Amino acid sequence: MSYRVKRSEFDDILSKLQEDYKIYAPTRKKDKGTFSDTDLVLYDRVSSLEEIDFNSKTKYSPKEVVFPITQTLFYFNGNEYIEAEDKGEKVLVFLRPCEVNAFKRLDKIFLENGPQEDIYYKRLREKVKFVVVECTEGFDSCFCVSMGTNRTDDYSVFIRVSDEEIFCEVKDDELAEVFVDKESTDYSPEFIQENKQQVEVPALEDITTDLFDSEIWKEYSKRCIGCGRCNTVCPTCSCWTMQDISYQDNENIGERRRVWAGCHIDGYTEMAGGHDFRTTYGDRMRFKTLHKIYDFRKRFDIDMCVGCGRCEDVCPQYISFVGAIKKLNQAIKEGKNNG
Amino acid sequence: MANNPYIPTTVEIISIRPESEVDYTYRLAIDLDVDNGQFVEVSIPKVGECPISVSDFGEGYIDLTIRHVGKVTNQIAHLEVGDKLGIRGPYGNGFPIEEYRGKDLVIAAGGTGLAPVKSIINYFYRNSKEVNSLTLLLGFKNPANILFADEIAKWERADHINVILTVDEGDEDWTGNVGLVTDIVDRVDFDNVANRSVVIVGPPIMMKFTSLEFMKHDIKEEQIWVSFERKMSCGIGKCGHCKMDDTYICVEGPVFNYTKAKNLVD
Ligand SMILES: Cc1cc2nc3c(=O)[nH]c(=O)nc-3n(C[C@H](O)[C@H](O)[C@H](O)COP(=O)(O)OP(=O)(O)OC[C@H]3O[C@@H](n4cnc5c(N)ncnc54)[C@H](O)[C@@H]3O)c2cc1C
Ligand code: SF4
Ligand code: SF4
Ligand code: FES
Repeated sequence: MSYRVKRSEFDDILSKLQEDYKIYAPTRKKDKGTFSDTDLVLYDRVSSLEEIDFNSKTKYSPKEVVFPITQTLFYFNGNEYIEAEDKGEKVLVFLRPCEVNAFKRLDKIFLENGPQEDIYYKRLREKVKFVVVECTEGFDSCFCVSMGTNRTDDYSVFIRVSDEEIFCEVKDDELAEVFVDKESTDYSPEFIQENKQQVEVPALEDITTDLFDSEIWKEYSKRCIGCGRCNTVCPTCSCWTMQDISYQDNENIGERRRVWAGCHIDGYTEMAGGHDFRTTYGDRMRFKTLHKIYDFRKRFDIDMCVGCGRCEDVCPQYISFVGAIKKLNQAIKEGKNNG
Repeated sequence: MANNPYIPTTVEIISIRPESEVDYTYRLAIDLDVDNGQFVEVSIPKVGECPISVSDFGEGYIDLTIRHVGKVTNQIAHLEVGDKLGIRGPYGNGFPIEEYRGKDLVIAAGGTGLAPVKSIINYFYRNSKEVNSLTLLLGFKNPANILFADEIAKWERADHINVILTVDEGDEDWTGNVGLVTDIVDRVDFDNVANRSVVIVGPPIMMKFTSLEFMKHDIKEEQIWVSFERKMSCGIGKCGHCKMDDTYICVEGPVFNYTKAKNLVD
């Protein structure tokens, strides 16, 4: 069912939903940006329409909702382990189609990869419902159409926001009752058809190990500074490191957490005796690039990258991910011409 | 809590045996269903966790041979018999022992690389009829670094085991071989090459060059197995640290046939 809701009525809907759900959406923090007089757009809890920024791309993705930057796994008391509790709150997230697709990628790692499910992820993930915001224009650095992640049918509510009103398609019975008294309409979601940036992802069979040594990666050894921003903003990066802490006032007690980690950052692969793998930034760029558009697909049949373009948006060295894929295509072509 | 893979089980240390100045074997009171070559995650609350191969196991115990090199392992150095450790696992795959039955098996190990293969050696020590012959190429940095000296002596006394030991650097008392493991590969009897299986475990460079050395003697890639070490945080395919290409070393490894291992690029 689809409904037409006046903007002035939407806060009412939000507050009803808030009785059962924590609501997360893109928000704009005035003057909190990296440069003076710039704002920071990121995910945060909201309770009114006014707080939601529908017109900008967030720096950070909504993945924090299921994969927090730091997350306590359990507590220690001597040699006893106490599993961290789950508050059990249900969550509604306002996001775009590419980001729903990013959750699918996280699901692959946390729920399907390896011998067991990740119970911490699972229990957060089970409580999440999506409110997808129609996105037919995209932003300058987006390339979701190329990645096939511009569409989704995995949502509870799909909305189109205009100056006067908000059109809502509601698929979830549990949420429907909040909308019942609204005017019904024949709204159905639209998806973006063409981005400003386009790129062709190489076929699996075209990527061979000789490309691992290609010259194209060397450029990144000079340009990349290993800051890891591209990892932290990516809605599909899922790596983390274990970390133990003890409390100052009682040394017996402490906790084990996981914290985000990234393959561009020093120390990510470092082992005892100083063995370190992928020491050059170019090797790390190669590793990340091929993970996003090659080996994830080899393993799970879908590319990891959803084409949100955030890695390019935040890179202090203006490294473009689409640019890297294009260079890879070029290297494949040249290899073929030579051979 | 049974379905929470991250929470360790608390186990007691039954015995501690020094192997060298920095390597100690800890025997832990736990019944674990282990395959030769698998590893466990060892925890000290408030300090951290690290992956350690099971160097031997039996009813009611597992052995871990641990080199004290950092945060967790140095803390383990302070523990005594009766103290407790956290254990989760076992994780990863093991060596395909069934492939080695009836073969002329060569095991080449460098340094702590001997720990993950020790249980296989002991298996074929006890079940001598299951292999046609067993040759051990063991390399250590120096005589003080030699691990499992008593057990090496035990293997040397066995009729069906040929032990060739070498150190990178000798000392005044050392009368044995000096040189790298790669230098003693040609001392293996390479008759009937087709019936051989070769297991190589040690630092990455050692595994690479030792494999190449064996291939010079017409050993085929599919006859060689290696075991990888990578930084690991979870051991169960979630944290990403150990990934090479599309392969998770903690899940599909650490043991690989060389045909697969040679294609894994860091
Ligand atoms: C499958 C597997 C089996 C292993 N088996 C054994 C074994 O039988 N005996 C043994 O002594 N060691 C073994 N190791 C190595 C052991 O895990 C590391 O020495 C240990 O993690 C160091 O932990 P730490 O906290 O004491 O050191 P840290 O303080 O964490 O680190 C000291 C140094 O070790 C590095 N390091 C961190 N994690 C690892 C890691 N997973 N592997 C190597 N270095 C790391 C750090 O970057 C640093 O350079 C194994 C590793 C793997 C992956
Ligand atoms: S954001 Fe740019 S500079 Fe920083 S690690 Fe990523 S590619 Fe390198
Ligand atoms: S465009 Fe960059 S940030 Fe976005 S999903 Fe792809 S790799 Fe991640
Ligand atoms: S150790 Fe975490 S994925 Fe392998």
